[in-house]
Amino acid sequence: MIPGSAHPTNMHMAPDIHTLRRDFPTLAQIVNGHPLVYLDNAATTQKPQPVLDALNHYYRDTNANVHRASHALSAQATQAFEAARIKLQRFINAPTPEQLIWTKGTTEAINLVAYSFGMHHLQAGDEILLSTLEHHANIVPWQQVAAATGAVIRVIPLTPEGDLDLLAAERLLSTRTRLLAVSQVSNALGVVNPVRQLIAMARAVGAVSLVDGAQAMGHLTVDVQALDCDFYAFSGHKMFGPTGIGGLYGRKELLERMPPWQTGGEMVHSVSFEQTSFNRLPFKFEAGTPNIAGAIALGAAVDYLTGLNRMALAQHEHSLLEALITGLEAIPGVRIIGRPDVRVGAVSFVMDEVHPQDLATLLDMQGIALRTGHHCAMPLMQALGLEQGTIRASVAFYNTHEEITALLAGINKAREFF
Amino acid sequence: MHPFGDTITDTEIRALFQAAHGWEARYKELIKLAKQLPSLPAEHRLEANTIHGCESQAWLLSEQDETGVWQFHCDSDARIVKGLMAVVLAALNNKTSAQVRAFNMETYFAELQLLQHLSPSRGNGLRAVVEAIQRTVAG
Repeated sequence: MIPGSAHPTNMHMAPDIHTLRRDFPTLAQIVNGHPLVYLDNAATTQKPQPVLDALNHYYRDTNANVHRASHALSAQATQAFEAARIKLQRFINAPTPEQLIWTKGTTEAINLVAYSFGMHHLQAGDEILLSTLEHHANIVPWQQVAAATGAVIRVIPLTPEGDLDLLAAERLLSTRTRLLAVSQVSNALGVVNPVRQLIAMARAVGAVSLVDGAQAMGHLTVDVQALDCDFYAFSGHKMFGPTGIGGLYGRKELLERMPPWQTGGEMVHSVSFEQTSFNRLPFKFEAGTPNIAGAIALGAAVDYLTGLNRMALAQHEHSLLEALITGLEAIPGVRIIGRPDVRVGAVSFVMDEVHPQDLATLLDMQGIALRTGHHCAMPLMQALGLEQGTIRASVAFYNTHEEITALLAGINKAREFF
Repeated sequence: MHPFGDTITDTEIRALFQAAHGWEARYKELIKLAKQLPSLPAEHRLEANTIHGCESQAWLLSEQDETGVWQFHCDSDARIVKGLMAVVLAALNNKTSAQVRAFNMETYFAELQLLQHLSPSRGNGLRAVVEAIQRTVAG
């Protein structure tokens, strides 16, 4: 199955990847004497020129604080900042812009829910359901909530293929379950989880759901209303935007009931030394001066993405992963970790007798960038019995088949060293 | 016991890498050096001897004899890291605290064209090993 779907207004022809790559200046460089082969997109994606231009333009021509529009620049900054919010709202099909809260990224978005919702609404004996595939960012905040409230963490196990075990999930869900927090796409293995189904199962027992969308946004078309999730967290830098900006979508009734978790300027309606009344959504969750340039540039990333034929690009990414998997299977001693039903973005593997870090070092010398280790998913690595972690190659639409060939050749060359 | 700092000192390492042309030859040397560094017995692979800050697992064991000379033992489950450790031990093993302090590790690694591995931003933990040795000899 090939995930992703075309943007309804952009049904033009499949783009030429070599032309598209020119939009990403970072890609055109020599690393250790070789053309850069960037296959660490699950860690962060490269930025297209319009994103770089938006950052530059904001600081050069507009720089002013938002929501204090007593002068022209401030009005311009506020207009651009709020326009970016609307772009993101439409991109994930959130019902209203105020349901889109700017955060530093996925981690802060999950922490917002953990502290503002979890700490206030959970109590001893309540259960939080996570999955074995989760990134630490979707584990540790819930451990904090569990420690403070007496709630208990339950974990959906994996099938031997690396998919979430839905029968086990069904058994784990009960009226004690108050929250389901799962990733849409696993950062470590590239598994696409059946989040829509899991969210429906959670809703059936009265549990609130949070989706960690960090790895999904750059690859899939995300529709929070179709998913029917209560919260959706994402990072700008994994979808071709800047670092330090991301967002949280939330169901309105929940967001309105939740107290602010960080306090200060911007998020207040009125303050006296006796009392403070908090601003309306989304501002009550946006204390302090936000990452204005980041938000505007993330809006530019969304414009860039919606201007592409994402269906064709998803097919291209899929063909890259297929070629990579076929190529890896032909290398003696390579074992691919996880054979999920649906995969996007990443392939994790290990090699007999070769430590992942050694392989990464030898690939780096050939200009090939990828990631090794536990991928901030130590519980997953423990569950898989992979003490040394894995090697992960993660693609974006700007990667080419030539780069996959270079990686496979690089691995074969590295084998000669041992 | 291992040969580093004894029959293989920084002089031999410098000569070895001077003769190694290209990155492939240098990394093949590192892997060969790793093979000459015996594994630390399991009883020494303790949390107390673990070097943190590595993507791979790394251990350092330090002993000082009555004359003030240090013996360092290192191990890693990653071979290139272990080879890099051997390069460090060739320079610092069998030396007094003053001799360890006087050794310029940056210049040495630059000469070997391996300086990038000493960078604090690298996940290989080599810098953590060097810093742990420096802390140990500083007492």
